[in-house]
Amino acid sequence: MLELQHICFERENRKILDDVSLKLDENKFVAITGPNGSGKSTLVKIIMGIEKPDSGEIIFNGKNITDLSIDKRAKLGIGFAFQQPVKFKGITVYDLLKIAAQTDIKKKEACEILSRVGLCAKEYVDREVNGSLSGGELKRIEIASVVLREAKLTIFDEPEAGIDLWSFNNLIEVFENMRKMIKGITIIISHQEKILHIADEVILMRNGKIEQIGKSEEVLRKTVQVKKKCCKLNPKGGENK
Amino acid sequence: MKNSILKDKLLNDVDEQLLNKISDIDNIKNGAFNIRKNGQGIERNCTANVNIVPKTDKPGIDIYVKENTVFDIVHIPVIVTESGIADTVYNDFYIGKNANVVIMAGCGIHNDHNHNSEHNGIHRFFLEENSKVKYIEKHYGTGKGKGKRILNPVTEVYLKKGSILEMETAQIKGVDSTIRETKGELLEDTNFVVSEKIMTHGKQFAKTTFELSLNGKNASAHVTSRSVATENSEQLYESKIYGNAKCFAHTECDAIIKDNAKVIAIPEIAANNVEANLIHEAAIGKIAGEQLIKLMTLGLSEKEAEEEIINGFLR
Repeated sequence: MLELQHICFERENRKILDDVSLKLDENKFVAITGPNGSGKSTLVKIIMGIEKPDSGEIIFNGKNITDLSIDKRAKLGIGFAFQQPVKFKGITVYDLLKIAAQTDIKKKEACEILSRVGLCAKEYVDREVNGSLSGGELKRIEIASVVLREAKLTIFDEPEAGIDLWSFNNLIEVFENMRKMIKGITIIISHQEKILHIADEVILMRNGKIEQIGKSEEVLRKTVQVKKKCCKLNPKGGENK
Repeated sequence: MKNSILKDKLLNDVDEQLLNKISDIDNIKNGAFNIRKNGQGIERNCTANVNIVPKTDKPGIDIYVKENTVFDIVHIPVIVTESGIADTVYNDFYIGKNANVVIMAGCGIHNDHNHNSEHNGIHRFFLEENSKVKYIEKHYGTGKGKGKRILNPVTEVYLKKGSILEMETAQIKGVDSTIRETKGELLEDTNFVVSEKIMTHGKQFAKTTFELSLNGKNASAHVTSRSVATENSEQLYESKIYGNAKCFAHTECDAIIKDNAKVIAIPEIAANNVEANLIHEAAIGKIAGEQLIKLMTLGLSEKEAEEEIINGFLR
């Protein structure tokens, strides 16, 4: 179980996360959505330890992990797929998957995991994880490196960002399958209705706070209502600030 | 071969370790070879296609590869284990028409004493038409003495029509000072590919210079230098590429710096023909924070992540 208690994070006099508290039970597939700048990415980075909160605590499976480093959290079973997959020089897909698996996995196993995320494994396993790969390919490799870990808590930061619609539609299938495969908690930041519909629960964030937690239909209805209200107040458009 | 080398008692355990680092010792017997130790040639083997002849006017050998040789491997390792030695050797490679050969060279220095040990290898390659050479050179230094381990290799390549030379060099550990010079003259339809890897630490200094003239139509050159400079070490990369015909050249200097290390890259590309297409790229910087974070999210400590990134970079 993951519990966030009164998380605050402020930068340049702006409250990016404003007293966020949240409890997530085992085996939940949770989507976080909300406008840009609502604090979604910062929240998941704080869970992974990439950012440190100004105040508040993070409890993971009964252990306070607030002061633990990224690698120690990873060892406790937290996995993180980046919005912008990181590129390397000289490190191959196979190398990355071996590091992720933390054992000397065979090429065959690496190929199996690549196939699961929709990549023709033989073509990719020996390629470098560098700029010669497309955004969609890098994203799938990033997802493969996280899925392979079989973490107790797996976080995906906006998997649809930076890829074309065609690649995204293929990715939906990957997540639908993953929904069945992954054990433990899954948190996925997304703006895509198709992804929100897969989730057990959708968390709507706005201005650094959790505005609503519910089923995808309820949350989507709410976002439509807010949008209409916003348009009435400000006929020129724009987000409710 | 390994046994026969050891049997003649000219090579001891240290020699064997050095040879292992710079050469594929177990497979030396599969081809022609010349082993040089402390300034003397100590064992040599020729094959039907490869003849090795000692020079008479200066130290070194001439290596002749017969034309139309389908495939052969030549090993020419050098080891220096005596402190205070300054060994200069001149090796010339004459590669016949249509021949295809792999040449493995390298120098290992072991210095346990207080005098400097130095090896200067001057290698010239003369490739005849449509020949192909893969040249692999490894440098390695070891030993506990205060004496410096110094290596100054010079490589000159002369490529005739249709010939290809691929050159891989690596200096990963233990060399205190190195000045590496690579010069090339490329004629029509030739291709020269260089991949260089250098790692320096402590107070080491490494300088590498390239001077290539692309004189023939459709000549091409690709130079990639990847280096890691740590602690108080310094590196200098200089490349001069002259495009004198319709040609293509790409040079790339990519360096990771750590601690108080310094790296300087000085590119010079000169197009003397309107059809010359020359590109230079240089990037110097510390390891990207996002790379460290990614590997840490996979469970590696910061130190382990750094090692993985550097090992991959220099592979």
